[in-house]
Amino acid sequence: MDFFGLDCRFERLDAPVPIFGARVHAAQWSALALAVAEAKGRLVSLWGSDERGAGDGFAVSAAYATADGLLWAKLGLEAERPAYPDISRFFPAAIRMQRAARDLVGVEAEDAGDVRPWLRHGAWPADYFPLRLEHTGQERFEAQADAYPFVLVEGDGVHEIAVGPVHAGTIEPGHFRFSVVGEKVLRLEERLGYKHKGIERRFMGMDTDEGARLAGRVSGDSTVAYAWAYAMAAESLVGVKVPERAAWLRALMLERERVANHLGDLGALGNDAAFGFALAQFSRLREDWLRLNRECFGHRLMMDCVRPGGVARDVDAESCAKLRRQVTAIASEVAELKDIYDEHAGLQDRLVTTGRVTPELAARLGLTGLAGRASGQTADLRADFPWPPYDGLAVAARTHRNGDVAARVAMRFEECFESLRMIDALAAGLPGGAVHEPVLATRDGIGAGWVEGWRGEVFVALETDARGRIVRCHCHDPSWQNWPVLEHAIIGNIVPDFPLINKSFNLSYSGQDL
Amino acid sequence: MWHILKYIARRGRVTEPAPEPLAGTHRPAHLIHDEILAILGRALAIRHVDAGSCNGCELEINALNNPYYNIEGLGIRFVASPRHADLLLVTGPVSRNMEVALRRTYDATPAPKLVVAVGDCGCNGGIFGESYASCGGVSNVIPVDVSVPGCPPSPAEILAGILAAVQARPPSEAVPADFAPGFN
Ligand code: SF4
Repeated sequence: MDFFGLDCRFERLDAPVPIFGARVHAAQWSALALAVAEAKGRLVSLWGSDERGAGDGFAVSAAYATADGLLWAKLGLEAERPAYPDISRFFPAAIRMQRAARDLVGVEAEDAGDVRPWLRHGAWPADYFPLRLEHTGQERFEAQADAYPFVLVEGDGVHEIAVGPVHAGTIEPGHFRFSVVGEKVLRLEERLGYKHKGIERRFMGMDTDEGARLAGRVSGDSTVAYAWAYAMAAESLVGVKVPERAAWLRALMLERERVANHLGDLGALGNDAAFGFALAQFSRLREDWLRLNRECFGHRLMMDCVRPGGVARDVDAESCAKLRRQVTAIASEVAELKDIYDEHAGLQDRLVTTGRVTPELAARLGLTGLAGRASGQTADLRADFPWPPYDGLAVAARTHRNGDVAARVAMRFEECFESLRMIDALAAGLPGGAVHEPVLATRDGIGAGWVEGWRGEVFVALETDARGRIVRCHCHDPSWQNWPVLEHAIIGNIVPDFPLINKSFNLSYSGQDL
Repeated sequence: MWHILKYIARRGRVTEPAPEPLAGTHRPAHLIHDEILAILGRALAIRHVDAGSCNGCELEINALNNPYYNIEGLGIRFVASPRHADLLLVTGPVSRNMEVALRRTYDATPAPKLVVAVGDCGCNGGIFGESYASCGGVSNVIPVDVSVPGCPPSPAEILAGILAAVQARPPSEAVPADFAPGFN
C-alpha cells in the first residue's frame, strides 16, 4: 500500500491490528515525517539497529500512528557514516529517542539540537555502542566521569532543587532538577536512564519463546501489555493466528491489569493529597484483585501468563464465576469511593487546575495514553482499531479536556468502570477451544505488536535471523512521550504539588530506561 | 465525613497475622512486635532503594502498606532517608547507572545496617544478568544479609525476609539497660 503519495510500498504485517512496514530512502524518511505530522498522526517510536550482519550497514526505524494504522518505516544508513535526517522538528518526542538510539547503536540524527547522551551516564565510554554486532554486551568498563550539563535558569532569586536518583519513597529512580522562585517552579528538567540494564542487548540471540519472558519484564506494572505486544509481534512474524479463547483471555488479563493499576493509583493520588483513607481502601481493593489473579491465572501480576501463541493456562468455569462476582463487588465499592472523592471539597481543591496540560499542548508534544485522553487526545487502540475480542466489546474511549490532575483522576474512575464492564462480558461469553498454538520462529522475518496498555500504547518490533534467533527486539513504552510533557505540567505549580502531579501521570522509569 | 466514617465502619479490619520469618506459616502480630522491640528497642526503619528493577518488586513492597499486611502495625515503617534507616530493602539487578547511588546510600546508612535483597534480580541479577549495563545481584555491590527470591516475591515473603534479617541481628548493645522500650 502507498500512504501519503510517497511512492514507497508498505506491506501489511500479519497482525490483528493494521501495521504496515516499508524500507524508505532519506527523502521519503523526511517526507513521511512531515506528512504524518500534517495529517495529525503521532510518532509512536524511533530506534536504531545494526544490520551489518545482513551486509546492510545500520538502520533507523520510525513507527507512526495514522488513521490507517501503524506505519513502520526503516531507513538504511551507511556503515561508515550512519546519519539520518532529524525528525524532532516535527515530533518533539523524538528528541530523547534519537539521543537513546545514538547511545545504543551509534546512529546520529543530523542537525539535532540536543546531542547530550541520554541512556549513557558514566558506565561505558562514548565510543562504545552496546547494540553493535562487534560487541557482546558483556564488556565491562571503569566508571567514567559523569558531568551532565543541565540547562541553567538564571535570574533574580532563582535557585535549584536537585532530587534523586534515589527518591524518598517506594518509587523508581530518576533525577529531577527544579528551578524555582520561592515555592513556584519555573522549570523542571528530568534526567532518566538510571535503570538502564541492557534489555535490548539481552534480547539479541534469544529464541522467540525466551524473549517473551524478558518482554514481560520491561515494565512490571504493564507486564500483560508487553507480553501481548511481544506475542503479537512473534505471531505476526510466523503468521500464526491465536485461538479465539486465548485472545479473549488475553483481553481479560489486560483489562484486569488496567483495573489493578487504576485502583493503586487512585489510592496513591488520594494519599498524595493528604487523604489517607483513600490509600487504605483502594489498596485493600487492589490486594483483593491481585489475590484473585493469583488464584485464576497463577500469578499476582499475571507475569508470563501471555505467551507467543496464546496464554499459559486456561481458566475453568468456576474461576469465571469468581471473576464475575468480584467485578460486581469491586464496581459497587469503587462507585461509592467515587462519590466520596466527588463530595470531598478539600480533596477536589488539591486536584482541580493542578498540573494542567491543555489539549493544544498535548497535541503539540504528543501526549499519549491515559494522560493524553485526560487532555483531549482521543487515541485508544481498543476503540480505534478494535482487534479481536475488542471488536465485539464496543469500547467507549473517553476523554476529558481539562488536562489537570482532577481530569486524570476522573479518567481512571471512568476507565475502571469501562474495564469492569468488559471483564464481566469476557468472563461471561468466553468461547471454547484451545488456549495455545505453538509459534516458535525458525526463519528470518519481521513482526510487530501494538497494544493499548493501561498507561498507553505499548509497541514491540521484532526481527529474527535465518535460524529464528532474535537479531533486534525493540520495546517501546508510552512513558517516552509523556515524560517530557510532565516537565511542562509542573510549570507555575508549587514544588509540594510535584509528587501529586507526577503520580497523576505515573510514568514508567524502567520502561523508558530499558 | 459521615459517608467516610460509614464506609470505614462497614469494612472493618482486614489485617492478617504476619508470616513466620522466611516461612509460610502465620503468627500473631504482638509476638513480632515484641521481638522487634527486644532487638532494636524501637520501630524498625526501612529505606527502600530501587537499583534497577522492572518495578514489579516495587508493587509488592508497596502492597506491604495495605491493610492486609499492615506493616506499620508491626512496628515497621518506611523512611525517606537512609540516615534514618536500620535496614535497606534493595530491588533490581543493580544497574551500572545506579551503582554509585546505591553505594552512597549504603554509606549514608548508620551502622550496624541490615540489607535485604528483594527478588530474583536482587538475588543474582535474574533475567537481566550481568552485562555492560548491569552489575547483577545486590551482593556484587554491597554486603547482603538476607535474599528473598521470587519474581516478584509476594508481600508475605518480603515481610518474612525482613523479619529474618532482624532476627539474625544480635540485640543492640547501644540500647541502655534502663531504656524503656516503646514505639515513639
Ligand atoms: S525479580 Fe522479577 S519483578 Fe522483581 S525486578 Fe526482577 S524481573 Fe522485576
